[in-house]
Amino acid sequence: MMKSENRENPNQRPTGSVPGGRAPISRRSPFAPAFANYLRRGEPQVWATAAALAGMLLLIVVLLAVVMAGGLGVFWPENIMQVELEDGGRFLGRIVRKEVNPDTGKSSIQFKTGNRELDPKRQDFRWIGEKAIRKMTAPADLCVLERVEHGDFHGYAVRLDGPDITPGAAPSGTGQSTRGAALPPDAMHTALESIRRKAAEEVGPVSGELFALSNQLHRTRDKLLRLQYRREAGGRPDLDRRIEELEETRRRIGEQSDRFARRQQQALADLRRNVVVMAGPDGRETPVPLTNIVRYYHPNSMSFAAKCRHYLSKVKELLWENPREANTEGGLFPAIFGTVMLIFMMAVLCFPLGVLAGIYLGEYAKDGSLVRLVRIAVNNLAGIPSIVYGIFGLGFFVYGIGGMIDQWFFPERVAVGTPTFGTGGILWASLTLGLLTVPVVIVSTEEAFRSIPRAVRDGSYALGATKFQTLVRVLAPMASPGMMTGFILAMARAAGEVAPLMITGVVKLAPQMPLDATFPFMHLERKFMHLGFHIYDAGFQSPNVEASKPMVYVTTLLLLAIVLAMSSAAIALRNRMRKRLLTRTI
Amino acid sequence: MNAALEAPRRAEPINAKRHPRHAADDADGFHAEPLIPAPAAPAVNAVVQTRGLCLAYGDAQALFDITMDFPRYQATALIGPSGCGKSTLLRCLNRMNDLIDDVSITGCILLDGQEVNDPALDVIELRRRVGMVFQKAVPFPKSIYENVAYGLRIAGVRDRRVLDETVEKSLRRAALWDEVKDRLRDSALGLSGGQHQRLCIARAIAVNPEIILMDEPCSSLDPRSTTRIEDLIGELRGEYTIIIVTHNMQQAARVSDYTAFLYEGTLVEFGSTKQLFTKPVKKETEDYITGRFG
Repeated sequence: MMKSENRENPNQRPTGSVPGGRAPISRRSPFAPAFANYLRRGEPQVWATAAALAGMLLLIVVLLAVVMAGGLGVFWPENIMQVELEDGGRFLGRIVRKEVNPDTGKSSIQFKTGNRELDPKRQDFRWIGEKAIRKMTAPADLCVLERVEHGDFHGYAVRLDGPDITPGAAPSGTGQSTRGAALPPDAMHTALESIRRKAAEEVGPVSGELFALSNQLHRTRDKLLRLQYRREAGGRPDLDRRIEELEETRRRIGEQSDRFARRQQQALADLRRNVVVMAGPDGRETPVPLTNIVRYYHPNSMSFAAKCRHYLSKVKELLWENPREANTEGGLFPAIFGTVMLIFMMAVLCFPLGVLAGIYLGEYAKDGSLVRLVRIAVNNLAGIPSIVYGIFGLGFFVYGIGGMIDQWFFPERVAVGTPTFGTGGILWASLTLGLLTVPVVIVSTEEAFRSIPRAVRDGSYALGATKFQTLVRVLAPMASPGMMTGFILAMARAAGEVAPLMITGVVKLAPQMPLDATFPFMHLERKFMHLGFHIYDAGFQSPNVEASKPMVYVTTLLLLAIVLAMSSAAIALRNRMRKRLLTRTI
Repeated sequence: MNAALEAPRRAEPINAKRHPRHAADDADGFHAEPLIPAPAAPAVNAVVQTRGLCLAYGDAQALFDITMDFPRYQATALIGPSGCGKSTLLRCLNRMNDLIDDVSITGCILLDGQEVNDPALDVIELRRRVGMVFQKAVPFPKSIYENVAYGLRIAGVRDRRVLDETVEKSLRRAALWDEVKDRLRDSALGLSGGQHQRLCIARAIAVNPEIILMDEPCSSLDPRSTTRIEDLIGELRGEYTIIIVTHNMQQAARVSDYTAFLYEGTLVEFGSTKQLFTKPVKKETEDYITGRFG
């Protein structure tokens, strides 16, 4: 409160301005002073900005939480229930979720069942009203078999049977599904091990031979095709003898590989006679060939540690094995490998181009209307829908360049309608992605060079450095963290793109990987698998969408993890570069 | 290069890949005796001479008819109010203005009698002979050692021994050696502001220039660092020709042998520092140095 000199009215504030002085600074409004004050301090702005950030974070957290909740629990071995219904029916299944019908108030439970081939309707899921269930138990000796085909088998292991099973190792039960008569887990384990060993001994070498023969057959066929084409196109009857020889070779290899295939079939059929006899909930017995079993476990009697071990072994399978059962089971190794290789190739192809273009724009180009136009164009390139890039890639890279390569080097394959480079492949897909991401690299490189203070350049020029020396020795190292930022952004964008890949070479199941042990090791023309496409394929194209839902979550999680890992690696590299930059010797 | 570093090669002309036309010019043009007489200036053994130098940035003329001789192995200070063209004049001497678009220069600048603005002249060699230290001392983001060795490395010196020797000598010359000798491999960015400026001086000395141009080298330093730099200039001036732009008149009086006062792009007065600060000839000079304007 200001002190007033007016004695008659001490509370009255002096109002008149000092003669010659400026008007006094206006006082705060007496009305709603708290709110006015609140506005003045700028609190609403703080709240608004903080709310925007919080909202964005919340969305990301929700997304991650959904993916993690759906993905992390997939491999955890849940209890399998034996359900007895009021009408006398029995089945085995895992509880997926419970739902209450809002109209009738009745709650029902969804079960995931196994034993697909025994169900006439081939269902994987069953909805059962809670009222219809008489009894639900989790029997300890219930066994789950993960099989190569037909999904899981739920049941009680009764006995082992087959020519290669030593009778002593298989104390058989009574044949009834009564508890206590079940097969001891050790016996199952020994039998599985011995069958796997036997398979490796008997079928393994034959399969190896078959593989080598099929490679030979491929090569012979390619050679033959080429010669035939030359004979037809060039009118060279002198090739006839050579062609006849090759045809003879092909026939011989074919016969040989047929023989091996028959031997393999026979060996497999023999091995398949070794079965574990499983009893269903109703006591019906089903033989399951031991060679079909990927792993088995007793979920209801597993300890926590055993469950963890099971979980880890499933994760290992996911990371290192090939997919099974229309991509709904098994591992994702080819897709992981395809994704990583695609991103690496994209980076190798587009990064140098983008950096050079950015350097030209930032350092050499004189600022004119043309350069400004180019800059606008580059910035807008990033806004073109990615499917357009895909179509361009298909037209230009695949049909244009790939078609040309085929015309020059593999005309015989074009003639029979099996193009080599003229069809989608990892090379074309990565070039397309490179085109998609190169604007990001250009813009960030240019920015990185522009943000270097003038004094640094002047200092270098004043010591007698040429423009190029300055660029290479001083500016480029200084700009490298900025360029890395562009690289990281480009990589993250490329990892998430699926649409352009779908028409430039991604497939749901690639028989061969783009990098393998057969000459010339890098097969850039091959088609490949990709996690992003796998999500789409498993989630929307699979014959059994409900059953492949867990795979969608798991794949999404995996893709996120890979992008995160690659970005983290790049960021770590950038930080190291920043540190090294300060002391580096050039 | 080693020999070049050691030997006094002051009189060697800078390589100029001469066009026949320029060769013809030499006879009557660049190398001829200046027609315009030098102003009342100490023309004793001038290393750089400007004759009727005019410079314009686009339409805005920044220098008008500057004619002066910079004496060899002496420190010359350029003083004057902001925007009077001091820095522009300084940057003309090693052609740093080339880096700015739309600059037009007329008149001549002679370095040891050789025309600096000759388009065929090797700018790189010119800049090696006319080093420069800037107002903002920004070291390269490299180690201390590499900062000093930079000029030699770009000149193609690879001999480790020569590099080591030159780095040590230059850092000693710049009075920085004792402070950094144990951390030559550390980043130069970790040094203080005053050390940055001395490092930049060492960097300039390392290529063994003839002339060192200093563009307000102390304007962003604290008084203690300023004193060190001034002492350093005092030590260097017997060995190098130093031309320093400064806003600080006490500094000009302390460090320089000769002082030039520029005002609005013209050279108002040029003479020995003592004479200029005690008995200025021109009224404007007196007004400026006594603080009546500027």
